[in-house]
Amino acid sequence: MLGFLIRRIIQSVFVMLAVALIAFMMFRFMGDPVNSMVAETATTEERDAVRERLGLDQPLYVQYGRFVARAATGDFGLSWRNARPVSTLLAERFPATAELVLVAAGLSLVLGIPLGILTALRPHSFSTQALQLMSLVGISLPTFVTGILLILVFSVWLGWLPSFGRGTVVDVGWWSTGFLTLSGLKALILPSVMLCLFQLTLIMRLVRAEMMEVLRTDYIKFAKARGLTNRSIHFHHALKNTLIPVITIFGLQLGGLIAFAIITETVFQWPGMGALFIQAVSFGDVPVMAAYLVLVSLIFVIINTTVDLLYAVLDPRLRVEGARAAH
Amino acid sequence: MLRHLMMTAAAATLFATGASAETLRFATARDVYGLDPHAVTDSFTNIFTHHLYEPLVRYDADLKIEPALATSWEVIEPTRVRFTLREGVTFHGGEAFGADDVQVSLMRAVDPKSPLRGNLPGLKAVEIVDDLTVDLILEGPTPLLNNYLTNIFILDKGWLEANNAVAPIDASQGEEGYTTNNANGTGPFKLESRRPDALNVLVANDAWWDTPVHNLTRIEHTPIGSDATRVAALLSGEIDLIEPAPLQDANRIEAADGVRMLQNPGLRSIMMGINMGDSLVDGNVDGNPLKDIRVRQALYHAINMDLIRDRIMRGKSRVTGSLIAPEVNGYTEAMDARLPYDPERAKALLAEAGYPNGFAFNLNCPNDRYVNDEGICQAMAAMLAQAGLEPRLVTEPRQMHFQKVDNRQVDVFMLGWATLPMLDGFSVLSAMLATPGGEYGTFTPAGYSNPRVDELTKAVATEVDPEKRNAMMIEALMLAKDDIAWLPLHQQPLSWAARDTVEVPQAADDLVRLWYARVTK
Repeated sequence: MLGFLIRRIIQSVFVMLAVALIAFMMFRFMGDPVNSMVAETATTEERDAVRERLGLDQPLYVQYGRFVARAATGDFGLSWRNARPVSTLLAERFPATAELVLVAAGLSLVLGIPLGILTALRPHSFSTQALQLMSLVGISLPTFVTGILLILVFSVWLGWLPSFGRGTVVDVGWWSTGFLTLSGLKALILPSVMLCLFQLTLIMRLVRAEMMEVLRTDYIKFAKARGLTNRSIHFHHALKNTLIPVITIFGLQLGGLIAFAIITETVFQWPGMGALFIQAVSFGDVPVMAAYLVLVSLIFVIINTTVDLLYAVLDPRLRVEGARAAH
Repeated sequence: MLRHLMMTAAAATLFATGASAETLRFATARDVYGLDPHAVTDSFTNIFTHHLYEPLVRYDADLKIEPALATSWEVIEPTRVRFTLREGVTFHGGEAFGADDVQVSLMRAVDPKSPLRGNLPGLKAVEIVDDLTVDLILEGPTPLLNNYLTNIFILDKGWLEANNAVAPIDASQGEEGYTTNNANGTGPFKLESRRPDALNVLVANDAWWDTPVHNLTRIEHTPIGSDATRVAALLSGEIDLIEPAPLQDANRIEAADGVRMLQNPGLRSIMMGINMGDSLVDGNVDGNPLKDIRVRQALYHAINMDLIRDRIMRGKSRVTGSLIAPEVNGYTEAMDARLPYDPERAKALLAEAGYPNGFAFNLNCPNDRYVNDEGICQAMAAMLAQAGLEPRLVTEPRQMHFQKVDNRQVDVFMLGWATLPMLDGFSVLSAMLATPGGEYGTFTPAGYSNPRVDELTKAVATEVDPEKRNAMMIEALMLAKDDIAWLPLHQQPLSWAARDTVEVPQAADDLVRLWYARVTK
């Protein structure tokens, strides 16, 4: 176990170094932010002076080396857009993204699993057909279109929910939360629905497929033969085995939620890390882009490691094999 | 009696809450970069900080210069201008405004490390004469001094010193500046709170020295990046004023109840620069055909700007033959004449120049900088192709585009120019027409050099007689027009939208001045 963790930590360092390297290779094709930073009337010399101060005149490997050396000491520098420390910016934005992703992930599980079971147990009912059709829509509509539609219906036509922002937030230490105010909770609804839609349909379809598969297996037939109630068979015996692949997919998709949050945050002006990243891209703010990408790759590594660990906990077969290999 | 009193009190409370409810909720496409007025040159950030801080002289709602923190000025010698400062002005923190604040602020703005340095060229020193009088020492005669000063805001010396912020902020050094998140100015509004990229709250400054035209008590500024969301927030009543309002949503906004579009031609003129260097960046012929005036005329004749106005700009742009807008000093009507749209003439000119089958070249455009920039270029590419040319359209985000423009890695390229902040034709002469070298010619197309234009530009820089100066600017701009150094397209429209309860002047420079805004019930 400990060896596994240490291996993972070393791997994650290499993953982050590689991500940063790829990021810096891409930044070369992004142009530079100097035109946004100097006056329109600034002379060529003034522009060059700014480039020099930012180190943009240096070759790629020097810029990358500087970034890594400073990042190793925890210093990600100042944002070129608003002259604030990148680490402060990310820390400020993290709660917004975390709350959004958390709610969206929760929604997709809480709704997706029961709906999946429902459609698996009653494969021919009208509600199943309707849900299947809707899930097809949910999976194929681009998320920004769903977002704009939600805004149109619930903000512009009905006027029930805010179209942008987080509402009133409360600072709990350094964490700014929207969970404690009514406007904060209302503001969460549309973005989290938009963000969870894809996950929700995915989980529903996955649970349905797995459940139907499991219900055909021999041990379920035996359970039926033993005279167990349907309820016990479905929810005790069948569901347990259905959930193992669901957890893997859900874990992997959690990273996807953070990535998709970029679009949701842009549509709803949600002040999270994704919106920060998009602004950095449109400005050419290299320190923020690099730090964000490194941070997201770290989050991915953590999630994947957790999923691997959970998998071993949930599936006894893996534990046994692991134990045998160790002896 | 008691009951009567209570009712009066209740009425008074009602009235008071009525008055205090004059909040303006304002959304823009992006947030201010920071609150330090000397750290960024971005014009939106500057006008936002103008609500908090003030310059010595300012533009009014009609873009005329009027006194602000200085009440009068006098040229003592060509290189020494004396400003008399306003008495009794205090900063939001209660500190008295005086000559030492002006000295520290101006020198902070022109510090070699300050990005704002280029906005106040030629200032050598500021001498304090007495508490309310300063002399600006200049390198030479500076006819545009007051225009420059409209954009340089005054901070309190004691406050800067107490917060260790006298040196300008430098984003390349890793220290966060106090002034980035805090503000203490003399302006019509005070900073109440700021959450970057979420909400900035300003409240009216009751101790402001000027009589307010506005009736606002509070401004809530929210950046909303997505165009569709910004419009939705206006339509749903969550926001009172948006800038910009996307042109494609104009009809929808006009059709909705209680909101309206605010549209006027803006100062920003959009034009195409033409590479006149020895070779094309991406061509299929030897040498550079664009050096030939007949070929440049052919490009001009090939473009149907009226069609672009009607189809792409929804009838809202002003087609122009001039590089500067009518509001800008140095404009005359003669500049507005265009070569007519005439594709046959274009073909004939190309044949005459020896390119009957056309030639290939790059057509470079940004896709996120000007109003419908990408659409304009796509239409233009089709029109040039009809005239027998082979434009290779390259549309890119602004950082890519302008980096190429800076490096002259472009053949025919789009640029917009508003002459901000000086509102003077000299800005075009010095940055876009003069032969590159020193402080001149930052954007001058490769290979363009007209000795007479250079001579006039140098003379205009130091000529203080307004009439002589204007005559020289007009001569130079007309020469450049005949050379087709740039191919002018149009002035892009300003496009804001507001609730019917909001009145706000829309100056041609596209800057939102909320100290002129009124909210009615």
